[in-house]
Amino acid sequence: MPADGGIGASTRRREDVRFLTGQGNYTDDINIHNQAHVFFLRSDMAHGKINGIDTAAAEKMPGVIRIFTSKDFEGVGGIPCGWQVTDRFGEPMQEPKHPVLAEGFVRHVGEPIAAVVAETLQQARDAAEAIELDIEELPPVVDMAAALEEGAPKVHEDLKSNLCFDWGFVEENREAVDEAIRNAPHVTTLELRNQRLVANPMEPRVAIGVYDRAGDEHTLYTTSQNPHVIRLLMGAFVLGIPEHKLRVVSPDVGGGFGTKIFHYQEEAFCTFAAKAVNRPVKWRSSRSEAFMSDAQGRDHVTKIELALDEEGKFLAIRTNTLANMGAYLSTFAPSVPTWLHGTLMAGNYTTPLIYVNVKAVFTNTVPVDAYRGAGRPEATFQLERVIDKAARELGIDPIEIRRRNFITEFPYETPVALTYDTGNYHATMDKLEELADLKGFEARAAESKKRGKLRGLGVNCYIEACGIAPSNLVGQLGARAGLYESATVRVNATGSITVMTGSHSHGQGHETAFPQVIADMIGIDPEQVEIVHGDTAKGPMGMGTYGSRSLAVGGSAMVRAAEKVINKARKIAAHLMEASEADIELKDGQFTVKGTDKSVAWGDVTLAAYVPHNYPLEDLEPGLEETAFYDPSNFTYPAGAYACEVEVDPETGKVDVCSFHAVDDFGNIVNPMIVDGQVHGGLGQGIGQALLENCVYDDDGQLLSASYMDYAMPRADDLPFYTVDHSCQTPCTHNPLGVKGCGEAGAIGSPPTIVNAVVDALQRAGHDVTHIDMPLTPARVWAAMQG
Amino acid sequence: MYEVIITRPRSLAEAIEALGDDNATPLAGGQTLIPTMKQRLAAPEVLVSLAGIEELSGVTIGDGEITIGAATTHADVAREVAGACPALAALAGGIGDPAVRNRGTIGGSLANNDPAADYPAAVLACDATIITNDREIRSDEFFDGMFGTALFEGEIITGVRFPIPERAAYAKFDQPASRFALTGVFVAAGGGVVRVAVTGAGEDGVFRWDAAEQALAKDFSPSAIEGLSPDPSGMIGDLHGTPEYRAHLVGVMTKRAVEAALG
Ligand SMILES: Cc1cc2nc3c(=O)[nH]c(=O)nc-3n(C[C@H](O)[C@H](O)[C@H](O)COP(=O)(O)OP(=O)(O)OC[C@H]3O[C@@H](n4cnc5c(N)ncnc54)[C@H](O)[C@@H]3O)c2cc1C
Repeated sequence: MPADGGIGASTRRREDVRFLTGQGNYTDDINIHNQAHVFFLRSDMAHGKINGIDTAAAEKMPGVIRIFTSKDFEGVGGIPCGWQVTDRFGEPMQEPKHPVLAEGFVRHVGEPIAAVVAETLQQARDAAEAIELDIEELPPVVDMAAALEEGAPKVHEDLKSNLCFDWGFVEENREAVDEAIRNAPHVTTLELRNQRLVANPMEPRVAIGVYDRAGDEHTLYTTSQNPHVIRLLMGAFVLGIPEHKLRVVSPDVGGGFGTKIFHYQEEAFCTFAAKAVNRPVKWRSSRSEAFMSDAQGRDHVTKIELALDEEGKFLAIRTNTLANMGAYLSTFAPSVPTWLHGTLMAGNYTTPLIYVNVKAVFTNTVPVDAYRGAGRPEATFQLERVIDKAARELGIDPIEIRRRNFITEFPYETPVALTYDTGNYHATMDKLEELADLKGFEARAAESKKRGKLRGLGVNCYIEACGIAPSNLVGQLGARAGLYESATVRVNATGSITVMTGSHSHGQGHETAFPQVIADMIGIDPEQVEIVHGDTAKGPMGMGTYGSRSLAVGGSAMVRAAEKVINKARKIAAHLMEASEADIELKDGQFTVKGTDKSVAWGDVTLAAYVPHNYPLEDLEPGLEETAFYDPSNFTYPAGAYACEVEVDPETGKVDVCSFHAVDDFGNIVNPMIVDGQVHGGLGQGIGQALLENCVYDDDGQLLSASYMDYAMPRADDLPFYTVDHSCQTPCTHNPLGVKGCGEAGAIGSPPTIVNAVVDALQRAGHDVTHIDMPLTPARVWAAMQG
Repeated sequence: MYEVIITRPRSLAEAIEALGDDNATPLAGGQTLIPTMKQRLAAPEVLVSLAGIEELSGVTIGDGEITIGAATTHADVAREVAGACPALAALAGGIGDPAVRNRGTIGGSLANNDPAADYPAAVLACDATIITNDREIRSDEFFDGMFGTALFEGEIITGVRFPIPERAAYAKFDQPASRFALTGVFVAAGGGVVRVAVTGAGEDGVFRWDAAEQALAKDFSPSAIEGLSPDPSGMIGDLHGTPEYRAHLVGVMTKRAVEAALG
């Protein structure tokens, strides 16, 4: 580990000091003088026609400032969808309006119907109870298959059906794939559900709208992963406020996991209402509201078929998925089951023919969108599960069957549109076999058996695509946004540096890791570098944090800007030392002239830039500040191999995870400790999905798992100690840092590992169990053992 | 939460008087009542706090009996009865998390009679007596269906008297989300009598499992109930388990409790 705190150092996270001592500045810590509070009256019905909303009595309640309904939003746009998918027949997806407040109909439990702005939250809530709603209950659709049936009740009366789109990928491969599967010596089929999840960041969402009459300026404080995107979406599409009159600030954010990417009604409402009542308006979600208003994750029902030859070589894959959109299209919802899912179906393998069909379906449930991994966990789960099943059917060792199919030559063009730039899947698997002591498994299984427990081993691989790009390509695929990142590197006169980045940090540790990169480039102490993010007034247009893109894309932008800074500083140094620019070298914060003992310190050069007395003013502007926008030429492709061992209690069905080994190839690593932490967090969420978490609606569209009483989050004692390794490194070939991204890997790779291990344990004990749907609760595992 | 007035009586007599008001509700640890009020599902106008009343709090260990004041917290019970009745101590120490155990009380838990709560199983299996401000109620008469008890309006629990069983153990299988009992079984044996009380599983709340009691009275060993489980009809079915699963768990947890009771 480098002693200078540069790239490769496990520097402790500087931001943790404020987080751990209660000094963080979260949106809810912000209170604006004279602010009013809003309470949203939300639908308790999954589907209904609004015949009337009588606010007369409520308006007379103490403290009420104003009550809003959809009438107040006539002429205001709907919440936009940021990605348009084109279906198999070349038609655009069905895209219903997503109003700020329910318009004419309610379509899911939790949809806001009216908003009461009052002096206190308590008063707003009291008044909301006095609003009289006349809503005629309509039959809801909750199940996706039922929603697609002829004559099913429609979620949106004005749409043709509940089918949002029917997507085929690659459509041209369809017949060839059908043919290959028809003729294959062996076909393994698996039907499964990737259950719906609630993201549950520790900090619930908060929004504060502020309006300054004098300047006609709006400010929105919000718990967002990408304030610039919110400014664009809300300003341009919903409220019609130009960017220069709209500032969006996302200060410390207590976790996002995807659900804070999206633009939400409450943000638009608070911004709009602040002007309407000429007071700051604050909303803070309760945990109960979060369960029914934060976009939820996953919720795919899939049938996958894998065709193989006798040797276990993969010949073709066909997969059909129903993807739940919920009642409205959340910001990036259509991209998740399509471009973030279908393109990953090759996994780490050389399968030559792949066809993916996805039908996206509207139901009377909370909208679904990206959640840690977004589409990639769904792809990995079905692929790695079907491979496991095939290995068992063919009697081939699960590791061996994977090795027989590994991609070994790079760059590799998959049949589903991606080009993997680098990787070494055998190396990660070798490392895994060594770390996980797979040879010792039988002995451990025997020891478990003595204690009456069934031990199982699960192994699988994953690949993911991070840093989604390039913009011109994703534009063709339907993205309504660019996917570059920006950075401004501002060198101060005395040599310290402020970096304005579009990458938002909400737990990822950018404030520590990004300075390590700059420090390394210049050779200064990382403490001399400060990261500024989360405020549209402070930095250039940025695209935010999601899809493990921050270091790969945001970090690259920062490197590009720093390179510009260094180039200019080199010119200044050349001038100061009366040398040729070509001979100037920068090392350890000193500029030197090659072959001489002349040197000038970084701080002297930066001072000269701002006090340009001895300065080449004819050739060079004073100052030292540069901006770069970086648009990647490809995705990055982290990959890895995971193994875990579980013990199943045959009497109760309870699964204990005994060990978990994660070997990841993230390319180059800036801060190994932060990477470990990201993997740990991802594994925790992945194991949570595999064993515990489940968002369930009943047939009436009522949310049954609406609190922590019924929605099981993973706790520390549900999780084992992890072994995490990232020593196998094939650096990304197309970004300046050679980094790949590590934020989602754990959540992508781990759910199949757990399920593979439980199925293994049951099969070893003689149970004819080939699959159990997640979460593998004790009750489900026990039921599976009963046959 | 709606606006509410809190009174803090210093004595039982003051508390009883304050509870004479029809709109008054006792507040013990608040671990059930406060969340319900926050969700506006309960709206008492006056809360009478039992927390500061000395005579309601504390554990007395006497000749073959343990008496626990109604306002004694789970954490205090876990600590104080560890020697006299380890099974009860373990039960109390396994309720919720430290915050819940240091606020929540035995009286609150019994008055609430949540079908998945732990204490009702101990009270019923040990044949404890519920002491109120004007009478004593045997455990078999106290519990009355989900969230129902024999308490009258305005009547409060002041304490609980447990005969110390010769052998006892509590086996709890956690509901994965709440970690209340998905199924919990308390087995208590003494004087030739075995009582088996089951919480978390029954649609009518805590119940005694007669078949197991009879089998164990003849032979207090795990093998006596091997393969035995109650009829699934009448068991709870929800997100976390079917009636069949719960019925099965009753058998497993009873067996484990017997094993533990035998040490
Ligand atoms: C996160 C969490 C986890 C929990 N886990 C468990 C668990 O695993 N197992 C378990 O058993 N419980 C669990 N509980 C419930 C907990 O044990 C509560 O403390 C208990 O159910 C109620 O006790 P209380 O003292 O908090 O009562 P309160 O909430 O104050 O009162 C509950 C009810 O009883 C009434 N009441 C209170 N005291 C008396 C009295 N002396 N006489 C008459 N009426 C009275 C009140 O008016 C109210 O209606 C959990 C609670 C939480 C919040």
